[in-house]
Amino acid sequence: MKFSKSVLLGALALVGAVGAAQAQQKIVTIDGSSTVYPVTEAVAEEYQKMKKGTVKVTVGISGTGGGFKKFCRGETDISGASRPILKSEMEVCRQAGIEYIELPVAYDAITVVINPKNTWAEEMTVAELKKMWEPSAQGVVDNWKKVSERFPDHPLKLAGPGADSGTFDYFTEAIVGKSKSSRGDFMASEDDNVIVQFVSRDVGALGFFGMAYYMENKDKVKAVKIKKDENSPAIAPSVETVNNGSYQPLSRPVFIYVSAKAAQEKPEVREFVEFYLQHAAKLSREVGYVDLPSQAYELAMENFKAMRTGTAFGGVPDVGLKVEELLQREKHL
Amino acid sequence: MAETQGPRLRTIIARNHRWDLIIGTIGLLATTVGVLVLMLLFVDLVIDGWQRLTPDFFLNFPSRRPEEAGILSAWVGSALVMVVTAFTAVPLGVAAAIYLEEYAPKNWITELIEINVTNLAAVPSIIYGLLALGLFVYILGLGHSILTAGLTLGLMILPIVIVATREALRAIPVAIREAAYALGATRWQVVSDHLVPYASGGIYTGVIIGLSRAIGETAPVITIGALTFIAFLPPIPFTGDPPAGPFDWLFSPFTVLPIQMFNWLSRPQTAFHVNAAATGIVIIVATLLMNGIAIWLRSRIRSKLKW
Repeated sequence: MKFSKSVLLGALALVGAVGAAQAQQKIVTIDGSSTVYPVTEAVAEEYQKMKKGTVKVTVGISGTGGGFKKFCRGETDISGASRPILKSEMEVCRQAGIEYIELPVAYDAITVVINPKNTWAEEMTVAELKKMWEPSAQGVVDNWKKVSERFPDHPLKLAGPGADSGTFDYFTEAIVGKSKSSRGDFMASEDDNVIVQFVSRDVGALGFFGMAYYMENKDKVKAVKIKKDENSPAIAPSVETVNNGSYQPLSRPVFIYVSAKAAQEKPEVREFVEFYLQHAAKLSREVGYVDLPSQAYELAMENFKAMRTGTAFGGVPDVGLKVEELLQREKHL
Repeated sequence: MAETQGPRLRTIIARNHRWDLIIGTIGLLATTVGVLVLMLLFVDLVIDGWQRLTPDFFLNFPSRRPEEAGILSAWVGSALVMVVTAFTAVPLGVAAAIYLEEYAPKNWITELIEINVTNLAAVPSIIYGLLALGLFVYILGLGHSILTAGLTLGLMILPIVIVATREALRAIPVAIREAAYALGATRWQVVSDHLVPYASGGIYTGVIIGLSRAIGETAPVITIGALTFIAFLPPIPFTGDPPAGPFDWLFSPFTVLPIQMFNWLSRPQTAFHVNAAATGIVIIVATLLMNGIAIWLRSRIRSKLKW
């Protein structure tokens, strides 16, 4: 008898729970890119410490695209993005009546890495990388020799992030010239640590991912110095070269998109975003990213306070743009 | 005749014995492979993660600094989700099993239901996640909450609970039922006074085995929107300002242990990988503990049972 009574009580408790109203609590919901996640996590951690738990911040990782899906349904207040919002996503947001403010928060440099024993490809031009990665290379360019005469006869193995990641979108845009346009026969992994392993085990391997992963794995992989064209100097990715704009075309700003409605209606969202822009420089350095020039954060703050909604990109990612330029550009939704 | 048959018989017996030995050895090898792989995995995890298993690790929220990061929100989330899961799966599962075993007429509809229940146990967990996303999150509007996660995992382990309960009921001798009915007991009296108490050992076992499967599940929980960074606990009833209602915690955003582990594993810093290994140890130990409790409960209830 005891058993069945407890069962009944349990069922009753559940029914009661469903009926109970949710208490109003101050909460900032964030989702989106895994590339922006470490910066947002650090800001959320510090912000909640400062507020002593009176405001709750949740951060999810759905990827840049997945984040925008939730954002444009109005489920989140802020969405992290490692590339600007795309035309299709702008359209979905417009239909749902979601307006947003686009704020760059840090730089990430996509790093092309090779095996430490690879001595022939320490410097590469964008054209050579294109020859490796463009769709027509599929099944054809399987040897370093086929990329360029200066490379030895050695099998070429490629690895990179999967097609859902903003890193993949930006890399293809910068190298091949068209976003998401790439050969398909490479080892794709959403986990960058897998790419590190792959490249560290094969002398002929080449891969790419965000600079933070390279910084933590300098003993396992070697960064390729990138030449914009034949006559440009070869530039290695580093905090300095990203900051002074010489590591091109693979350095990119990463963004947060703030819902204008949430910013207007929820003071905690407004306060969090301001806190974000004030502390992004220090915290992004701490988690292995490159901070924007301080002027850029001031411009971003101005844009946010003035609620200048829309994107500076018009749905197409631009390559090699200075952050100050894009912050001053005209915005459209 | 006897002289020729004797040796032949002996060779047949010897051959059969040999086969017996071979099959026994293969069986032992197969078992050892399973156990060894599990042991190796566990030892590997322990070597990587044991130094992080300090009290602070259990009492800290996740952090960008790996040495300060902990699993407080994750283990509290996992525990609360398990509570909801149990409260969902036990009443539904036990009631369904009692109905199928004691009340339902034996016809093709019951057969169909039985086949479906068995098939449900084999449905991949991600499907439950997708179902829950549509039903609980969007149609019923329960949000990305502990309640949604608990209901989802509860549905997922429902077939396990049903099958375990039915087997426990079936193991009760028919004579018990007949004796009770002979004394004029109604069906409900037989069920509540005799069958359920006698079957409780098997029911507990089924529930706990279901729960220990649910605690390690990641896919359905990610689908319904468990989050990665949570640095607060669900509201404790009647505390805070304004005081939280008794059931507010059910609607709180949450994270669970496997998600926390996955997140740390995908970070560049190796120090986070150590945290992930430590979280792995916690999950495995929790699962082993739950299974241990199941075995202990079963044997305790069995030893008390007198027909």
